[in-house]
This record gives sequence, structure tokens and C-alpha cells, in this order.
Amino acid sequence: MVDLITPPPAFLDDDDHAAQGHDEHHGATGILKWMTSTDHKVIGLSYTVTSVVMLIIGGLFAEIIRAQLASPNGTLVSLAQYNELFTMHGSVMIYLFAGPFAFGGLANIIVPIQIGAPDMAFPRLNALSYWLYLMGSITMLMGFFTAGGAANFGWVAYAPLSNSINTPGAGADLWIGGLLLTGFSAIFTGVNLTATIFYLRAPGMTMFRMPIFTWNMLVTAILILLAFPVLTAGLIMLYCDRHFGTHIFSVAGGGVPVLWQHIFWFWGHPEVYILALPFFGMATEIIAVFSKKPVFGYKSMVFATLSIGALSLGVWAHHMFTTGVVLLPFFSIMSLLIAVPTGIKIFNWIGTMWRGEIWFSTAMLMALGFLFTFLIGGLTGVYLASPPLDFFTHDTYFVVAHFHSIVMALVLAGMGGLYYWGPKLSGYLLNEKFGRIQFWFLFIGTQVFTFPQYILGLDGMPRRIPIYPHSPQWQTLNDWSTFGAILVGISMIVFVVNVGFSWKRYPAGDNPWDAQTLEWFTTSPPPHHNFYRLPQIRSERPTWDYNHPEHRTLAHGTGGTGTHHEPPLANAVVGALEHEQDHDA
Amino acid sequence: MRVEAKILLSLGAFFGVMCAVYWNWSLENAGGVMMFAAMLLCFLPGSYYYWWSRRMKARPEDDPDSTQREGAGVVGAFPGSSIFPFTLGMGAFFVVLALVFGIWFLVPGLGLAAWALLGATAEGRRGGHV
Repeated sequence: MVDLITPPPAFLDDDDHAAQGHDEHHGATGILKWMTSTDHKVIGLSYTVTSVVMLIIGGLFAEIIRAQLASPNGTLVSLAQYNELFTMHGSVMIYLFAGPFAFGGLANIIVPIQIGAPDMAFPRLNALSYWLYLMGSITMLMGFFTAGGAANFGWVAYAPLSNSINTPGAGADLWIGGLLLTGFSAIFTGVNLTATIFYLRAPGMTMFRMPIFTWNMLVTAILILLAFPVLTAGLIMLYCDRHFGTHIFSVAGGGVPVLWQHIFWFWGHPEVYILALPFFGMATEIIAVFSKKPVFGYKSMVFATLSIGALSLGVWAHHMFTTGVVLLPFFSIMSLLIAVPTGIKIFNWIGTMWRGEIWFSTAMLMALGFLFTFLIGGLTGVYLASPPLDFFTHDTYFVVAHFHSIVMALVLAGMGGLYYWGPKLSGYLLNEKFGRIQFWFLFIGTQVFTFPQYILGLDGMPRRIPIYPHSPQWQTLNDWSTFGAILVGISMIVFVVNVGFSWKRYPAGDNPWDAQTLEWFTTSPPPHHNFYRLPQIRSERPTWDYNHPEHRTLAHGTGGTGTHHEPPLANAVVGALEHEQDHDA
Repeated sequence: MRVEAKILLSLGAFFGVMCAVYWNWSLENAGGVMMFAAMLLCFLPGSYYYWWSRRMKARPEDDPDSTQREGAGVVGAFPGSSIFPFTLGMGAFFVVLALVFGIWFLVPGLGLAAWALLGATAEGRRGGHV
């Protein structure tokens, strides 16, 4: 069976002769390549680099915010500047970093290769997505260069604070415009991912053989298609209210301000899962590979993802419990229900590691850090799903700490994804020693900056305040939080140093991790249309089956658990790799 | 194709049930309408895929025993490069700036968009660059 390697299907390039040699692709280079390429790997790399730059910009805003809060009467920034900073910190991180990094960056690169496709289904649309995202980001940040400053109504832009009387000026309009552009970019990426996954899978790659990361991206793409048009419509209504004299969100003209919250959060809560599901997928892949086992409970993992996606459309008003006009029991029940599929996922991650041969590489450490941090964020989320507890903690630092636990968990998983998939894209590994240093700074920093915020929130400190009353306890806790934020900042510096240090230093080879899924079958970096050849696909781990014919993955439901005892060879390879790095360093 | 159809149809059915429960219980219109629209958005492509899945034989990617040879052949036309996504993106950027700084930004904005539209169409007919 193993020798049955057949030539891959011919991918029709527009030139007739192109099918004879994909490797002879000679395109533009340099900036012209960046501007004109429709190759999903180039676009994905542009997305990844841009979104990491956004992470650094948003991170700088966060450091300024934390520096301001290090003392009760901080004077680093003015009160107006503080409003701009927390608004743009949230906006940059949510709209311009977390989503685009996942579904525009890593998913764009990895999903087509994981399913054996030559490219995304609509390459030119894919390129358009990137340009809309980049120009949207620039538009939103341009607010800082206008006379009135950037948007300052919080990243949620609640009406009536966001109307033209309370927030005049170009900054708010640039925020709306930037969000329109990035919203369309996300919608196009959602279309592209769905079409790619439905129509461009390799022969034998049935839906239930797709890697979990690809499954998660499919659900993410469907959620994007359901949620983002709602936001876009809401933004257009908001713009009309601000400039064309409509009264959709103003009481004076017979409108309903809370309608904005309904529209915003009908997008906003699915958005939480649009952000989270890709990173769940990354963690799943990393944990399986570095435990040398197949994903435990593959089908339950898929159904958990689907049910998280389905339930996420029915929970939006748990952000609005204190408005007093929402159906508390419905949203409380639906929100609590999401804990069930999420619990299944955590159970499966632990099951995947159970009795596996765990290799604590940087990527695996990041995935474990994700698991721990996400568990804390998830459990505190269960509290907030209960209206009585939410009334007590709404708009306090408890909420801030809760969602920072979640998003920092996603940052940990995303860093793991970069360490895991970076070698596939660049052909070179990152240094493991720097990686471990980065992990410990990031992981400890995250806990140090969120834990004090939980206590501050329970003690009643409201969010979004630039100064707070003199109180020794509050100041100590805030100082700890600031200290944690500095540790996180150092971890980002270590990452940048690592990228510079490891630049073209450690050649990766095609499959440095002895990984399982199809992207590790092709070369690093992959050729223009991804594959010179494809293996037979008989399970969700085609590369593993090819490399380890004696430990083939069993089909679902044939009675086997699919656990394998690892032949000593693979670990010897991995050990040699680490040794080589130590030697080089 | 059948699995794809089932996923979308079952998501749509779930949103339908959720919509019915929510709308009847809360009598709040915004959320009800949005959930109803979500249901339709799942049923529309889902029923299309279902209709096709009953009329076509399994594609190589739906057949668990298919070989790579069965999938050999032309997949589709994949352009290697094109400038027009960039042009259209810049056009959209200027259109958005027109919303903020003045209507005259529509001139370069719509101009670039029209250029991209014509150029991409011509490129599609010509075959484009690889």
C-alpha cells in the first residue's frame, strides 16, 4: 500500500505548458511579488507579518495603559488620551490581530496544504482580502493623526456615546471605515475557506479525515459568514446616524440605543469563537504531534466544535444582562451549555496526551500554557454566564481579567502555531532555547497580570478608568498587574530576537516534528502549487501512515484505540535536532 | 457532498429551533430576525448541496477508498499573480476615506475600482500571468 504513490492531479496554470513543471514558476520578486502574488502562502505570510505588527502596536498601547495604572494618580497620559488608548488597544487586538492572524494568516497558509489543495479556491479574492485588511488597519490607526485623536468610545462603540454629538471628529469615522474594510476582508476569507474545504480536497480526504485544525477553520468560516454581515450592517446604520440624520440608535428620534448592543453582540459573541476556534485547532494539532498519538476522540472533537459554533449564535445578550431588557434565563442557559462542548475538548486534549510520548518542545509548552490559561479564563466565564454573579462583576476588572485570560491563552496557542508551522513556511526552525525563555516570560507574565485583576474586580474596581482612589491594596495589585504586563512585553522582545537570531540558521527539512498531517508531506517551503506528489489518504494522518507503515492509523470504529508505541528512530531524530541546535548556538 | 450538506442543514435546523424558542419567549425582534436570517443563510447553500448530492456520484474526495489517480486531471485555473486585487483594495480604501474626509476621494476610489473591474475581467479572458 505504501508504495502506491501516484502523481498528483495536474493543476492547470493558465499557461498550457505550466502543468509540466510547477517548480519552474518564475514570478516577480520583492515588493512587486508582495503586491501581485495570489499564492495563498505569500498572502498568508503577509497576513501573519502584518498581524504580528498589529500585536506589537496593540501591545505597546497595553504597556502604556498599565504604566498609567501603576500609581493611583498616574500622569503619563491625559484622561482623553487614555480613552483613545484603551479603545484602540481593544480594537487593534480584536479586529486587527487575533482574527486576521488566525483565519488570514496561519489558516490561509495551512488549510489548503492540509487537505491537499493547490491553492485557495479564489486566489484573487484572497489577495483582495489581504489588501482590504491592510488598508482597513491603516485607516483605523490613521485616527491618531487627526486633530481630534483616534476613536475613544471603547472597542464596542455603544450608542449613544458613539453618536456625532458625544463623539464628534474624524477618528470615530475612521474607526467605522477601517472596520468596514476589515469586515469585508473577513467575509471574503470566510467564503474562500469554505469553498476551499468543500471543493478542493485531495482524493480520499473525506470530511471526517480532515485534520482538526481544518475542521475548526470550516466552523470559523461559517461563523464569519453568519456574523460579520450583521456588524457591517450595524456600522452602516451607525454611520447614517452620525452623518445622515437618521435616528436608528437615538431615543430623540424614536430609535432604540440598545439595538446597537443587540447588533454588535450578535456579531461580537460569535466573534469570540471566530477568534478562539482556530487556536483550539492549533493546540489540537500541536498536542497530538508532540504526544506522538492521534487526536483522542476525533469525532467528538469535531462535534464539539460544531456545537460550540451553533450555540455561539444564541448567547450574545450575556454581554447585556445589566441592560435589564434581555431574556436572562435563555441567555444564561445557552451560555452555560457552551461549557459542555468546551469541556469535551479539554478532556480530549488531556486524553491525547495520556500515555503519549510527550516531547516538551516550545510549541508543546505553548500549547500546554494555552490549556492551563484557557481553563482559568473558561471557568471564570462560567461565573459570568450567571446573571446574579454578572450583575455583581459587570464592567469591573473581573471581566477584564476573564477575557484577558482567554485571549492570552490564544496568544500562547498562536505562538505555538508559529513555532510549529513556521518551519514549514520558511524552511528553517526557530531556536528552542530562546523559545523556552519566551514561553516562560509569556506564561508567567500572563498569570501575573491577570490574577490581580480578578481580585481588583471582585473588590469593585471598574474598567476603563485612568485614575483610581488611593488604597494600598489596589495599588499593590495594580503594580503586580503592571509587572506581569512588562513580563509579557519582554516575551515579545525575546520572540523578535529569536526570529532574528534563527534567520536561515537551522534548516528544518520536510518533517522536523515527525508530524501526522498532509502539510508535512510536501517540501519546506512548499512549491508553487504545494505538492509534487501526494500519498494515499486512508486516515486523518496520511503523512504518519506513509512514514510509519507498521503503525498505521486504524479507521474510526474498528475497535482499536489508535495508540501507538513509538519506534525509537523518530525520537533519535528529534534528539539529534536539539543537539544540533545546541551545538550551533 | 452529502456531509457538507448535512452540516449546513443541521446548523440551519438548530438555528430555526433556537429562533422559534427565543422569539416566542422574549418577543424581542432584533435577535429573532437575526437568528431567522442565520437559519436561511444555512439552508440556502445546504439545500443546494443536498440537491446535488442526491444527483451526482461521490467525488474522489468523498470516497474513502479512492486513489490519487482518480483525482488526476485539471482542478481549475489558478492565477499565479495579479495586480488587480491590489488596485481594487486601494479603490475601496479611497472610497472609505471619502466617507470621512470629503466626497472628492470618490474620484480616485471609484476610478481605481473601475480599473480593477475592467482589468480583472480582461485578465480572466486572457488567462493572466502564472
